[in-house]
Amino acid sequence: MDVNEMMSSYSDWCYGIAAGAYVVAMLFYLYEQAFGQRRRAAVRERELVGAGGPTETVDEPAEPEIQRNGRAERVGKLAVSLTVFGVLLHFTSLVLRGLATGRAPWGNMYEFGALLCLVAVGTWLVVLRKYPVRHLGVWVLLPVIVLMFVGGVLLYTTAAPVQPALQSYWLVIHVFTIATGSGMVLVPGVVSALYLLKVRKPAWATRLPDANVLDQVAYRTTVFAFPIYTAGIIFGAVWAEESWGRFWGWDPKETVAFVAWVVYAAYLHSRATAGWRGGRAAVINVVGFAAMIFNLFFINLVTTGLHSYAGV
Amino acid sequence: MTAFLRNTWRGLTSMRTALVLLFLLALAALPGALLPQRSLNSQKVDEYIASHGWWGELLGRLEFYNVYGSVWFSAVYLLLFISLVGCLLPRTFEYAKSLRAKPVLTPRNLARLPHHHETTVDATPEQVMAAAKERLKGWRMTEREEDDGARSISAERGYLRETGNLLFHFAMLGLIVALAIGKMFQYEGQVIVLANGSQFCNSGTLGYDSFRPGLRVDGTDLNPFCVKVNDFTANYLPTGQADYFRADIDYQSGADLETNTWRPYQLEVNSPLRTAGDRVYLLSHGYAPTFTVTFPDGQTRTHTTQWRPVNQLTYLSEGATKFDPPGVTDPAERRKRQLAVTGLFAPTAVFSGDLMDSGFPDLRDPAVAVDVMRGDLGSDSGRGQSIYEVSQDMVDQGRLKRVARENMRPGDVITLDDGTKISFDGVQRWVYLQVSHDPAQGWVLVFAVLLVLGLGTSLVIKRRRLWVRTVPAAEGGGTVLLLGGLARTDQAGYGEEFGRVTEDLLAELAPSPEREDAVAGREP
Ligand code: HEM
Repeated sequence: MDVNEMMSSYSDWCYGIAAGAYVVAMLFYLYEQAFGQRRRAAVRERELVGAGGPTETVDEPAEPEIQRNGRAERVGKLAVSLTVFGVLLHFTSLVLRGLATGRAPWGNMYEFGALLCLVAVGTWLVVLRKYPVRHLGVWVLLPVIVLMFVGGVLLYTTAAPVQPALQSYWLVIHVFTIATGSGMVLVPGVVSALYLLKVRKPAWATRLPDANVLDQVAYRTTVFAFPIYTAGIIFGAVWAEESWGRFWGWDPKETVAFVAWVVYAAYLHSRATAGWRGGRAAVINVVGFAAMIFNLFFINLVTTGLHSYAGV
Repeated sequence: MTAFLRNTWRGLTSMRTALVLLFLLALAALPGALLPQRSLNSQKVDEYIASHGWWGELLGRLEFYNVYGSVWFSAVYLLLFISLVGCLLPRTFEYAKSLRAKPVLTPRNLARLPHHHETTVDATPEQVMAAAKERLKGWRMTEREEDDGARSISAERGYLRETGNLLFHFAMLGLIVALAIGKMFQYEGQVIVLANGSQFCNSGTLGYDSFRPGLRVDGTDLNPFCVKVNDFTANYLPTGQADYFRADIDYQSGADLETNTWRPYQLEVNSPLRTAGDRVYLLSHGYAPTFTVTFPDGQTRTHTTQWRPVNQLTYLSEGATKFDPPGVTDPAERRKRQLAVTGLFAPTAVFSGDLMDSGFPDLRDPAVAVDVMRGDLGSDSGRGQSIYEVSQDMVDQGRLKRVARENMRPGDVITLDDGTKISFDGVQRWVYLQVSHDPAQGWVLVFAVLLVLGLGTSLVIKRRRLWVRTVPAAEGGGTVLLLGGLARTDQAGYGEEFGRVTEDLLAELAPSPEREDAVAGREP
């Protein structure tokens, strides 16, 4: 299969513009975070109610407040629109890459990172529809932008077919699920870190939403991501049985995937364990996310194992 | 003493301990990703120890190069297992009991619950109760008469959560057991086979270049099958990137062995051969140059020995093809005249001056750059030696001497001082096959899938309660309807469902317009 150079360069363009859109969106979120005080106060009030009473209060559009603080609100909305625009371009970039190479567009580290970031931002947009945490966008987009920069500049790989070991429908299944799971946990990872900031240093974090809301967002997103990540690991094991001759062999990537899995399992359990809720659970969640990042960068770039398909 | 045992058991089976053990397991697994492991790469372990002195040796003694077989890793694993069992037994009993239990009594004051609603409807209490029961179909319900003339329904839903939870934990147990069984009865062996119609049969461990048996495998009753490698094709893109590898093989197993029937198969990287309960994988490949030695007395010997790739991108390979002089019975005499052709092979040779390198992994312009060594190869010494090298000891002792150094293309001939002629005839390919056997791996998959299903169920489904109380209204007839809701685990999202139930119920009871407002104003 020949690579279609033109499509591949369109794909690169889309990637770049998407990243640019995220940067601008991040600045807008930042503006809202900084100047949207009235709204934030209102939000907090509503959340306190939401935490105790029925949660559906939280879902309702805050019509009255919109009028009350026009500018920051408008900027915030603009930021969301820009994020959506970025996501569309980002998605287009992946599709074009897939068309250019005639395979699933996640066969090396650059492409994997791109998919992961797309899922992360997508997850964020879904969270936004459920919780009034829009002004936190800056904290979610920041790591995404860093990842996209590292991916697009330092780890960029020209579009090419994949080597024989990756020529399997399992590439579609395994890597897609793993990237989805990993991308989704970026949001709770960030939110749990903010939670810790909120409860440990409340004086610095007056502009963050209520700790309860942060906890909810982190938990509910992780609850979705965890089974997907687990499935991704199982798919990996099935593929490994077909490709490497055994379903599990403590290859570095497998080991750290296992470690991250255990940490997330511990997170979900900790929420059911007295004395571990809240702060300690949030620490575990942040550790889990750190394990994911470690797996992505350290294991791919520093150690060598069977998973060294990264092609960097 | 029994108190101590009981406390230990309680401590071990508590949720908190399970958490800590989970963490310990993760922590214990981590060194395996950071330090070289014997089972993956023994040579790297030796290098690591050599370069880290006493520290490296200490790590070795503490089994850090064999993490997953170490005493401490197994200890955590075992404790977790015990903790799981201890946690599961009582929960299973509780679960069985709760299957028959009735939803709990309606609390006195429903207004104190996180979700609640109160309104007055025209319908009679009987009608309201009937409508509520209709709406709460699918919930487990009990109806109660209360002291003061009120009636109530306790409804509960989401019992599947606990089912999922138990399934998850049992699946984890099953997974651990299946893994252990696998560890006992599995085996794995690797072998190099020339792709020129050579055969390999899974009849004993001796046929393998390396073999790793499970704890209960002694290698005497491997599943019998044979494989014949007819040909190997590698296709590369112009950039040198591999496109596909394919070994064209025949195999026989079971009844085919008696009738000597061969069945064809295309062995590729992602499509192993599954036969006779074993799997055969194509792991890698390489080149085997063919050399013919014509001795001064006219006798010839032809050997095709595998050489190993030293560069995975260009397949520059190294090796040593060794010859015994024919018809020499006196060992001392033989040890003076053994020959080895050793050096480099390039599938696509590029020369800079006399130095040869390979420019491409495929066979475009093969050549070798070899030294011919004569003397004592050391093969009689009883010590095993690498098939890819000549004994450096013998070279150092001056018992093995270089008698020629040449770059050769197929057809080229070297003539030695004593009239011996060595010709480079051509090259064949070899494949590196792995045979694996693990009778429990299907079970591992089954349990893993159950594990995810159980987990998903227990995370998505919420155990939740809903209470309905009807009290005859004081004046003007009608009924005061009180609703209360509580999710037993995570509150998030239950509000929506509670709201839906409330709305449906009120719509059913056809409230008057003013009460419609009451519904809309339900939010505090
Ligand atoms: C037990 C087996 C396996 C496990 C536990 C596993 C786990 C993972 C994890 C956790 C990731 C995401 C890594 C990250 O965050 O950077 C990943 C990515 C990936 N896996 Fe697997 N995997 C397994 C088997 C396989 C097999 C057999 C193949 C191919 C032959 C494969 C190919 C890939 C590729 C191409 C990526 C994305 C690119 C990269 O990050 O290198 N995996 N896998």
